[in-house]
Amino acid sequence: MTLLNKNNEITQDMFEPAVMDSNESEVIAGKSTSFLKDSFQRLVRNKAAVISAIILLVIVALALIGPMMNKYGIDDQNVTRQNLSAKIPGLDKIHWLPFDGFENNVNLYKTQHAKADFWFGTDDLGRDLWTRTWKGTQISLFIAVVAAAVDLIIGVAYGGISAYFGGKVDNILQRIVEVILGIPNLVIIILMILILRPGLISIIVAIALTGWVNMSRIVRAQMLRLKSEEYVLASRTLGASHTRIISRHLLPNTLGQIIINTMFTIPSAIFFEAFLSFIGLGIKDPVASLGSLINRGFGVLQIHPYQVVFPGIVISLLLICFNILGDGLRDAFDPKLRQ
Amino acid sequence: MVKAVEQEKLIEVKNLKKHFKVDGKATLQAVDGVSFHIYRGETFGLVGESGCGKSTTGRTLNRLYDATDGEVIFDGENVHGKKSSKQLKALNRKMQMIFQDPYASLNPRMAVEDIIAEGIDIHNLARNKREREEKVIELLETVGLSQQHASRYAHEFSGGQRQRIGIARALAVDPEFIIADEPISALDVSIQAQVVNLMQKLQRERGLTYLFIAHDLSMVKHISDRVGVMYLGKMAEVAESEELYGNPLHPYTQALLSAIPVPDPNFERNRERIILKGDVPSPVHPPSGCRFRTRCPLATEVCANVVPRWIEAGEDHWVACHVYDEEYNHNFKQKSI
Amino acid sequence: MENILEVNDLHVSFETHRGEVKAVRGVNLTLQKGEALAIVGESGSGKSVTTRAIMGLLPKPAGRVKSGGVLFNERDLTKLSDKQMQRLRGSEISMIFQDPMTSLNPTMTIGKQIMEVIRRHQNVSRADAKNRAIELLGLVGIPNPEERIKQYPHQFSGGMRQRVIIAIALACNPHVLIADEPTTALDVTIQAQILDLMKDLQKKTNTSIILITHDLGVVANMAQRVAVMYGGKIIETGTVDEIFYEPKHPYTWGLLSSMPRVNSKNSELFAIPGTPPDLSNPPKGCPFAARCPHVMKVCTEVMPDYSAVSDTHQIACWLQDERAPKVEPPEEIQIGGDHE
Repeated sequence: MTLLNKNNEITQDMFEPAVMDSNESEVIAGKSTSFLKDSFQRLVRNKAAVISAIILLVIVALALIGPMMNKYGIDDQNVTRQNLSAKIPGLDKIHWLPFDGFENNVNLYKTQHAKADFWFGTDDLGRDLWTRTWKGTQISLFIAVVAAAVDLIIGVAYGGISAYFGGKVDNILQRIVEVILGIPNLVIIILMILILRPGLISIIVAIALTGWVNMSRIVRAQMLRLKSEEYVLASRTLGASHTRIISRHLLPNTLGQIIINTMFTIPSAIFFEAFLSFIGLGIKDPVASLGSLINRGFGVLQIHPYQVVFPGIVISLLLICFNILGDGLRDAFDPKLRQ
Repeated sequence: MVKAVEQEKLIEVKNLKKHFKVDGKATLQAVDGVSFHIYRGETFGLVGESGCGKSTTGRTLNRLYDATDGEVIFDGENVHGKKSSKQLKALNRKMQMIFQDPYASLNPRMAVEDIIAEGIDIHNLARNKREREEKVIELLETVGLSQQHASRYAHEFSGGQRQRIGIARALAVDPEFIIADEPISALDVSIQAQVVNLMQKLQRERGLTYLFIAHDLSMVKHISDRVGVMYLGKMAEVAESEELYGNPLHPYTQALLSAIPVPDPNFERNRERIILKGDVPSPVHPPSGCRFRTRCPLATEVCANVVPRWIEAGEDHWVACHVYDEEYNHNFKQKSI
Repeated sequence: MENILEVNDLHVSFETHRGEVKAVRGVNLTLQKGEALAIVGESGSGKSVTTRAIMGLLPKPAGRVKSGGVLFNERDLTKLSDKQMQRLRGSEISMIFQDPMTSLNPTMTIGKQIMEVIRRHQNVSRADAKNRAIELLGLVGIPNPEERIKQYPHQFSGGMRQRVIIAIALACNPHVLIADEPTTALDVTIQAQILDLMKDLQKKTNTSIILITHDLGVVANMAQRVAVMYGGKIIETGTVDEIFYEPKHPYTWGLLSSMPRVNSKNSELFAIPGTPPDLSNPPKGCPFAARCPHVMKVCTEVMPDYSAVSDTHQIACWLQDERAPKVEPPEEIQIGGDHE
């Protein structure tokens, strides 16, 4: 029987034995990627996450250098130049942008004989809002760092110990967590205010007491799951010490969850502080925080909207971008999506 | 096959028990009084269906689980006794394990060379980085992989290749005894043969002893010298491989062997199959007396009242069934299914 | 015997971020009325994808039928809309899957799940549907069906759940039942029960079955005809006797030799070296060429056509060409009459 499927192209000599190299099928094509490289590549493909990251970087940069860009401090009061709307030289000719120094079609800078330009305007005490806004952002970012540190140091360790040793240790540690969760945050902060003065310290202490609980539960859940994975059992069979198992096997495989959770803790902490400052329990004047700025501006929202709008936009951007970045990281780290 | 008389017992298991607490008060009697021995240099197959306790037995053997009761003697040493961490470490070197799931038995965040070298690192078997690297490459080649695989990550390999990496990891510490916990169940048929051939080659070259835990009876018969059959936490029968498959004594073994589909259509068309009724009872509330009695066609009253004794019914052929116990076998009219 | 289902030159691909994966590359199958056809292959061979394509259950948007068709009752299933396929599924073509643990909804009673299928496709009253459900549970060998119909999946063991799944699949008397590795997740003694049940039911209802499995023992037990798949293609088809006693394709030889037999003893298992091909970059010629001990130059260049060894036995292999050297199948698999 003859098999021809291509115009007699198959000749007799093609039926000679070829060399079979089964090792060829063992060769792995393509470059090697570790988990982190893989995830990073996936993250970079997510446009929303990348844009959020860039915006965050810009905000951080402005928070650091913003207050130094002009000569005003957060507390320079000058009633003669109160309630000026925002004016940025260069942009002030474009009238649909809010940077022209006009309010209700009146050029306030002219009527109040103000010589200098205030990029975000001034408040009722004549203080420069550009400097105050960015100084306030510094505080928000500082809170972010504290919250992340508390999460990473206390949360991870607590959850890890609880999961790794299990049994009675786990029982006791978890009961403590349940008690902490039972007490509302607001109650704790009020307690702190009674003991310490209202301000940054009391907020930081409140976060340090309760902010890590969520992370500890996530880390505990993940490590409990990992403890019975076969590669951990293999490591124990090889005689690995506790330290080795935790540092080389459990932690690296929990890293994804830890990073994602931190990305979400940060906006909550920022919001917590802003909320407290807004209702008057947080940062007090003259120290500026985004929350207290919104608080002050809120009273004159209808007349001088810019006093709320600028700090409002900054804090909104902070929260939105951290959330989007967190979502992006979660997608990037999700092993199910990996080929 | 080495004759029993000349052989040295490497592992002796005496009345081993492992119970787990479930939901507060109830206990899951995963392994409930199992006794057997493994000779040096042989492959002992351990078979049974899900829930029989074979995996738990394997993991209790090397102290991954602490025994609830009973003894495991490895080369004269009690595995579960009080030990210093140094002694434990030394024991770990001698008893290694390979696992079932090739997709879960390798740390996804570690490069292959670190996975294989973990044992070397823990026991300080290499003096410097170069020696470590050489040992890893040697192990890779032993299992049929190559140097280029060392810097790769687990997810880049197929199931069969991962299983070979797992074998290389176990070999790195130069063990005497390897517990293979369902090492091929998750692999394709043509890959299973590769891995089994590799394991047999390594056994010949290094004088390894294996405990081969599996539920694929055909494969177990092929690779094992002696085989043990477990049911619901108890050992039902132990015998040499040919003897067990040729002359199964325990009714459960007979049913088990009868249930295996054979890749031979004529044989399948003509065979008389023993189909067991019902399901496996719960290991939390096992039946009284003989645990198999609820599904055993031969069961009588004595089976519910008395736990069968572990009896040597033939040369090195052990069984736990009243049918073979001189004291009770008058109760049975029929001696086989 | 008439064909109840025909698969014609089916090509199925998946879009992944690595590119296009050609999972099924030109598959031809026929299923006759009342027979059991086994599709045998290992992971990556394309057997599951083929049946998902028949059922219209390919994951969207990644998976799609690139070309070819599935003829059932004079209609091409690949051209039907979702809604039309929904009417077919469960009533004319049913499917059961491998894992009995996840195939049932844990929050619905067994009775409800069976009745749901019946009432979706048939215009019957609740009471009638309930009676039918009880009848079906009895048919699949579940004791006390009137009681158990009120129970939830977690109250059934693995084997029982698989029986329930079979009951659901047969509820509307489908013409075709596709069983994707139905006993792989079950213990050996339970597997024997289920296979027995399926054979029994098939006799009673004359349903045609497509059985997907990698276990040649199960094939020998259940199937009348067998199709062997490798690398997205069918490389050999025949009656079960032809495939087991007169196989002609080196892959089939390899499969048969690498299985240890309970009733024979080999000293070393024959193992097919290497690993299956990567279908994101499928090989040019025969997919098995890289692992074939009889590979010839033409094998790596050109895909072999089908040739007929007999009326019922087809094979795609260059060894069948008259210009190729004569090759004997390996000794291990010449079982013929050699068994207990």
